[in-house]
Formats: sequence, structure tokens, C-alpha cells
Amino acid sequence: MRKGLVWLGAFVLATALAQAEVRVGVTLSATGPAASLGIPEKNTLLLIEAGKLDRMPKGVTVRFFILDDGTDPTAAVKNTKKLIQENRVHLIIGGTTSPNSLAMIDAVAEAGVPFISLAAAKAIVAPVDEKRYWVFKTPQTDELMSQAVVQDMVARGYKTVAYLGFNTAYGEGWAREFEKAAKAAGLEVVASERYSPKDTSVTGQVLKILSRRPDAVLIGAAGTPAVLPQRTLVEKGYKGQIYQTHGVANPAFLKVGGEFVENTLLPAGPILVAAQLPDAFPSKRVALTYIAAYEAAHGVGSYSTFGGHAYDAWLIARDAIERALQKADPGDLAAFRKALRDAIEGTRGVVGTHGVFNLSPTDHLGLKFEEAAVIVRVKDGKWELERSFR
Amino acid sequence: MDPLIFGFLLSDGLINGALYALVALALVLVFAVTRAILIPLGEWVLFAPLTQAMLLEGKLPGTVWLSAGLLLIWAGLDRRRGRTPLWLFLAALGVVGVGFLGRSVPALAFLAALLVVLPIGPASFRIFFEPLPGASVLVYLILAVGLHFVFQGLGLAFFGPEQFRLPALWPGEAALAGLPVPRQGILLILAAAVLMVLLYLFFRRSLYGKALRAAAVNRIGARLAGISVREAGRVAFLLATGIGALAGLLVAPLSNASYEMGFLLGLKGFVAAIVAGLVSYPLAVAGGVLVGVLESFSSFFASAYKEAIVFALLLPVLAWRSVSSRVLEEEE
Repeated sequence: MRKGLVWLGAFVLATALAQAEVRVGVTLSATGPAASLGIPEKNTLLLIEAGKLDRMPKGVTVRFFILDDGTDPTAAVKNTKKLIQENRVHLIIGGTTSPNSLAMIDAVAEAGVPFISLAAAKAIVAPVDEKRYWVFKTPQTDELMSQAVVQDMVARGYKTVAYLGFNTAYGEGWAREFEKAAKAAGLEVVASERYSPKDTSVTGQVLKILSRRPDAVLIGAAGTPAVLPQRTLVEKGYKGQIYQTHGVANPAFLKVGGEFVENTLLPAGPILVAAQLPDAFPSKRVALTYIAAYEAAHGVGSYSTFGGHAYDAWLIARDAIERALQKADPGDLAAFRKALRDAIEGTRGVVGTHGVFNLSPTDHLGLKFEEAAVIVRVKDGKWELERSFR
Repeated sequence: MDPLIFGFLLSDGLINGALYALVALALVLVFAVTRAILIPLGEWVLFAPLTQAMLLEGKLPGTVWLSAGLLLIWAGLDRRRGRTPLWLFLAALGVVGVGFLGRSVPALAFLAALLVVLPIGPASFRIFFEPLPGASVLVYLILAVGLHFVFQGLGLAFFGPEQFRLPALWPGEAALAGLPVPRQGILLILAAAVLMVLLYLFFRRSLYGKALRAAAVNRIGARLAGISVREAGRVAFLLATGIGALAGLLVAPLSNASYEMGFLLGLKGFVAAIVAGLVSYPLAVAGGVLVGVLESFSSFFASAYKEAIVFALLLPVLAWRSVSSRVLEEEE
């Protein structure tokens, strides 16, 4: 009898301890074509899990379940369902690419689990409808980055611009947002061309752009396939200013681009040039702390802007978990998921690596463009801060 | 349209056309001998420059082990049939040796990449196609599609998702009628023209070439006449891989190279091969040039619909062929 009581006591204690655990499910593209984005995201979350980057929320232990989706939307959805049903997670972070994140929305909305996406497309969180009620994200949207590009073009006195971008969701998204912002600012878009990331030649498109003589050209492409149009423009003698998007902000672009991408301007999250930011820039300190911790684990020059998005997602989550604990108990799965969602939506003034997050029921990103975007120039094969908008 | 732009578009179209023509030549060659539509050729075309890029970076690419591994499997299959294929073991060893040599001597990387990729074709034929002798075109097509996915996946595993930049074999630009044309592009056009003539002569004039064609037209008749149908297939795959790898090595300095470019390249080469009815080498080159020029001009006038325009070319070509040409009966 006495022994039974001890066992019962141990059981109750164990349950109580188990209840004080918040489970965070993660699905990332750590392999496949988007691996160069997914790997730094995964490394960042592993550093957090090991306690080497940031403290844990007060009063609970956090357990991570990290899965790989191989850059495949179907696998991302399968992982999401597994995390929700088998691991009974309270929160999901991940969806490295926009197609993956968009595919995950239905699964998280159906189960009522808050989801912080790490992908760019505006459509992931806007408009906030019945499903996107559960969905948040940390990376800047095309819309926000387009604003930065257009403001820079206007400031330099350009009148006519051309666009040459991917014939994919990324390129089309940029075409739409950039052309809208450009027209609103009084710029004339004289050509809008498309190419495939797998193309071996873009001469036709480049000749068309050259024949319209624009003051500046924006290339709406991501990663190393963004080099070919710029190279062709330079080879065919284009003398105007060439802009790229933040999709090229990785070392491989600089390596493959070499002398052809020198003097390119691009919008980027401020973390890309964190050390060069003025001290008053709100995200500078957080970004430098993050970079120092990441480089201590993975070597100098190893950090990327993409890992920063994962860290920002965690910072929002940690802050929200602490507030949600006052409203609900993690043992009550549905109630805590809802409380956590409400807490994330109520995020105010969380300083991340890419800006300051102030979320609201109508804005599930919460970044202001002045704080979340800077213009960077490629100089001597390195990123150099050209201007900030603050 | 101003004549300068017209000239630029035409030269760009001809250069890309030469690339598609080379792929089309290889596809026609394989189809003429084995009745297989070689979809994974696109992957092999890119394997060559990617291998070169890795060698130049001082790394030993996965293609070296793939190539040697396929040769060893080939040797294993032959052994089970009671032959001792010593030369296959030597070839596997040679591939690894060439890989190490190309890695340490940058000047030899181009040649090493070609030699490393070369055995992948015939070994694939021996391992995947040969056990199904005389299967229908459809069975070979399904097999080829499967192989395409396998090799594309291997490409991603070996080389990663990013593009590579390669040095030009013949750098700089030459002025042709006042128009600057990259010299590397001229090399590509020359390669396509020379290979077209050689293949045409080989299959029309030489006894060996005629034997290869006979093996495709009538397997039983060819074997009665003492022609090895198996060997014919291997030789066809070897030649096709060589042509494809050479095309890839020549075009990569003009456009960068990544593992995922192959499929689209193969598909456009296939459109060109269809124009040739999958039988004629000169027509395959003409088809390649047609696809290249059409693509170049449509990317100027309507870049968003470029791919659609190129592939829509298949419709009138197929319609025209179905009314104009006589139907080639399937043998057996």
C-alpha cells in the first residue's frame, strides 16, 4: 500500500513535470535545392536547443522536434501532420521555401496550431483570413523589399527602369510588387521580361531591355542563376545601374558572379552588413550577438541572413511562450496552442536580427521597412552598406 | 527591328542551336541503333562540365565513383555469364586515376571530365537496357524516364544546387561582319557541324556504321549476318555520351552550369530530333538550329511565353510528318 502511494506520487510528479514542457515542431529544407537556406536555419535552431544562443523561456522546458522536408512541399505537409499528431507540438516553425510554407497552411489551420514561417512570399500571411489566423512569418516580403529598391531608384534620380526575373513564383511575385511600387513612385517600367533559372541564354531578353535604354535594371532572381542575366547585360555593354533582390545574398552568388556582379545594388535584411550599421540601428546588437554565436560554432563567415530568420522566429516564440503560460497550461494542448497564437499576435517590440517585430491582428509579419531593409552594394566581392532608410 | 539586334539574336540562336543540334545528334544516334529515347542524356551533358568545375576546385566529384562503380557492376554482370572482363576492371581503375590526375593538373581537367563521364553511357546500357533485348519503344522510354530521375538526383547529391562557372576554352570575342560573337560559341557551332558530317559518313559509308544500323532495323537478320546487337547498343551509347559530354563542356563557359539544367536541354534537343523524324543527322542539326533561333527570337519578343512557343513547334512538325512521311513499321 505504502509502495503504491510512492509510485502514485512519482507518477503525479512526473506528469506535472511533463506538463511544464513546451514542444516546438520544426520542418526545414536541410537537403534538396533550398539546402543553402535550410542548413543555416537548422544550425541556428540546434544552437538554441543546446542553449548556446539564447536563454529558454522562464518556467518551462522547451523540446524541439526537427525534421527535414528535402525542399518538397508534400514532405513538408507530411512532416507538419506528423509533428501535430505524433509529437503533439504546441508551435511549428519552418517551411523554408514559399511553396512549402503555403502548402503547410491548411494542415496547421485545421489542427489549430500556430505556425511561424521562414519563407518570403507575402501570400503566406496576407490577407489574414480564417486559415492565416494561425500563420505568422519573420522574413521580409517582396513588397517590403520592392519599396526599398524603388526608394533607392528614386533617390538616384532614375526615370526609366526595366525588370528581368524568374518565370517562377519568386520572379512573378517580385514583378508584381516592384512594378506596383515603381508606378506609384512615378518610375516608368519600360520592359518586363522573364527567364527560367535553367536557361543557358538570356540574350533575347537582355537585347530587348537594352533597346529600351532604361536607367536601371532589376533582376528578380535567387541564388546563382541570378548571375547569367547580369553577366549578359555587362557583356552586351549595359552601362546603367543593375539591381538584384535579397534572394542573391549568399556567398555562392559572389563566387560565381565574380567581376560581373561588382557594383550591384540589392535590398537586404540589415543583418547582412550588421557590423557596418550605425550603432543606433535597432537590430544591430541582436544581429552581432547572433553572428558571434553562430560563427563560434560554425566558423568565421559562415552566418547567413536565412539563419537570422530562424533566430527571429525563436525570439518571437520565446517571448510569446512566456506570456501564453499566464493564460493556459501546456498540458491542455488545444488551449495552450490557442493562447500561444494569441500571444504571438500580441508581440510588441521584439528586437530581432532583421528588425523590430510589432504584430497585430491584421499584420502577421510586423516589420517596418525602414528598420528591416537596407541597400547593399557589392564591392570587391564583399557586401558593403550603401544606405539605410532610418 | 534594327539589324544589329537581329544579328545578335541570330548569332545567339545559332550558338544555342548548335548545342541543341549536338544533343539531337546523340538522341538520333541512340534511337537509330537501339530504339531507345535517351532522356537521361541531358543529365550526362551537365555531368561533364560539373565534373570539370569540381576538379578545378581541387575536389574529386562523385561522378568518378559513379562511373567506376557502373563499370564494376558491368564487370560483375559479365562475370556471371562466365567471362573474365579484365579490361573492365582496368577501365574502372583508369577512371579513378584520370579523376585524381584531373584534380591535380588543372590543364587536364577538361579532358579528364570527358573521360570520367564517357563510361556512364555504355555502362548504363549494359546494366539497364541490355537485359531487355528487343523491348518495345514504350518500355525503353519508361526505363529512360526512370533513369533521368535517378541521375538528376545523383547530380544534386554530387554537385549541390548552385551553379558553377567555368573558364572558356577559347576566351574572348571575334568580330563576324561587325558583330561581336563569343569565340566559345564558334567552337560549339564548329563541333556540331563536324560531328554531323562524321556521323553521316560513318553510318552511310562505313561497313561498321551500316552494321550498327542493321542491328536496329532487324535484330534477327543482323545476328544471322554476324553482327552483335549488344555491341551495337554499347557503341551507340558510348558515342552519344561522348557527343553530349563534349556539348556540355563547350557550352558551360557561356552560361554557367547546374545539375538541373539537363532535363530542359535534353527536351529541346528532343524537339530538334523529332523534327528530323529521329532518323536523319543533317535534319537533326537543322532542327536544333530551328529550335535555337526560334527560342532566341521568342525570348526577345515574348520572353514569358518562350518555352511554350518552342514546345508548340512540335505540333506543326508532327502534323506535317504524319501526312508527309511513310510509316516505319516496328519490326518483330
